[in-house]
Amino acid sequence: MTTRSWWKLPLALLLTALMLFPVYWMVNVSFTSRDSIRKGQLIPLDFTLDHYAVVLHDQLPYLGTSLLVGLGTVLLTLAVAAPSAFALARLAVPGRTALNFLLIVAQMVPAVVMSLGFYSIYSRAGILDTIPGLILADSTIAVPFAVMLLSAFMAGLPGELMQAAELDGASTWRTFRSIVLPMSRNSLITAALFAFLWAWSDFLFASTLNREGGALRPITMGIYNYIGAQNQEWGPMMATAVVASIPAALLLIVAQRYVAAGVTAGAVKD
Amino acid sequence: MSEVTAARALVTRGSRPTRGTRGTTPPGARRRRRSSTWIAFAFAAPLIAYLVLFYAYPLVQNVVMSMHRFDRNTFVNGGAPFVGFDIYGEVASQPRFWPVVRQTAIFTIVSLTLQYVFGLALAVFFHRAGFRLASGLRALFLVPWLLPVIVSGTTWQWIMNADNGILNSFLGIFGVDPVWWLSTDTSLISVIIANVWLGIPFNLVILYSGLQNIPTDLYEAASLDGASAWQQFWRVTMPLLKPVTLITLLLGLVYTLKVVDVIWIITAGTGTSQTLATWSYGLAFGKGTSSVIRYSEASVVGTMLLLVALVFGLIYIAVQRRQED
Repeated sequence: MTTRSWWKLPLALLLTALMLFPVYWMVNVSFTSRDSIRKGQLIPLDFTLDHYAVVLHDQLPYLGTSLLVGLGTVLLTLAVAAPSAFALARLAVPGRTALNFLLIVAQMVPAVVMSLGFYSIYSRAGILDTIPGLILADSTIAVPFAVMLLSAFMAGLPGELMQAAELDGASTWRTFRSIVLPMSRNSLITAALFAFLWAWSDFLFASTLNREGGALRPITMGIYNYIGAQNQEWGPMMATAVVASIPAALLLIVAQRYVAAGVTAGAVKD
Repeated sequence: MSEVTAARALVTRGSRPTRGTRGTTPPGARRRRRSSTWIAFAFAAPLIAYLVLFYAYPLVQNVVMSMHRFDRNTFVNGGAPFVGFDIYGEVASQPRFWPVVRQTAIFTIVSLTLQYVFGLALAVFFHRAGFRLASGLRALFLVPWLLPVIVSGTTWQWIMNADNGILNSFLGIFGVDPVWWLSTDTSLISVIIANVWLGIPFNLVILYSGLQNIPTDLYEAASLDGASAWQQFWRVTMPLLKPVTLITLLLGLVYTLKVVDVIWIITAGTGTSQTLATWSYGLAFGKGTSSVIRYSEASVVGTMLLLVALVFGLIYIAVQRRQED
């Protein structure tokens, strides 16, 4: 299968460079001084950190909000997903097939339709432009995914420990808390990481349900503010974009094996 | 296609809990079985409540809005008159309706095709790479998938800037005149380019895992029979990859249909880049149009989109079930 050819490595490097060029370009622009941005230099010859100073000055509240929304979404997602994944994988839930079916269908619903419904509900309930409202909406991106990931994992756990606990008279809740949850640690981390990343990256719910929230808006709105302004400021915008990419970069560097776990959870089957 | 949908897709595929692993109830414990049903229900209750409150309710609300004529006043104070399917008729008879449907189809089909072709080419390349760096480089291909769409969208907007964008400077080397990427006629091409870039990782990952499941001895047998690499690809790889291909394309179809963020961030749905999804979004939430918000029309377009997505979604589920049996 492995045929060694000298040209393959250079070609692979070239393809990777091409694919990542937009990312490089964002970093490049973020370090180029305002007067030189329009020259399109391939490296930041007129190097500056000014744009990052602007980010520090203007975007910190947004970053804080995003952090809060991300963490809130993780907590809500796991609180809903973990027990029900256990039920779907291990307990005799009535209507289990129907629930599994609904979880797949839920992921097919266009987010714009959800946001229209939420917008009308939220404006009557008075929770437009609030952090809890955004957390609730953002969690809908992650909950079906988390339930399916966790229940697939829990279904594959060896049954002996659980049966032993049951024989010793442990309640179902006790079994869940003391045996199933600790054994599912890795898939819980994977679900949490993706829930955080999606909430952090969310544009659609933030731009519909939290448009006028001032500083209580997430960083995606901080970037969106730059778009369509009279004189679009590309430097600060790209610097903000770089900062907003940090969680994704960390995920790829530090938590790659969890990302891989999330990916292969579905992909290795067949 | 966004990173969200891609990762979800991967889990959707394989995560049906294995049959038969559920604890079998010991015989003769009928009372215990009944109480265990209640316990099971209690564990699943948060999810059921969640699906009703945060999925079913907004969806019903959306359909209700599409059948009432809302304006700014009635949206806040209530009392919008019920008009049945009137607004559906009005939306469908607007002159821009069919062009938008056509653009949605082009955006979806062209994006899907190119994502698949590039994804497959890269998957095959990396699968047969045989050098040490391959897995590391393959991981880097996940970057577009992990970045927030607002980040990549704004970057593409600058790359495609007509006057100062690097894309036009690059094309200029070959004597190509500057292209107005984000103008009315070309905006569809521009958002397709960005969307293909976003979707390649998803296709690469799924197809790569599909390739790994093809037994290597099939290739050995084929090369013993004197089949060239090209023949092996068409006679071994493609036929055996067919189930994965079908699933990838169907899921991609559903997820591409509903794309809003990439398009909205790059062009705000102007010109030919308007699709059903961005049209619906723009009617309700367009920047600077708060005085002419049209919630009812937005809900009508949204509901149409929902129906199309669900039809293809059900086809996907049927195909997946058939493959597993």
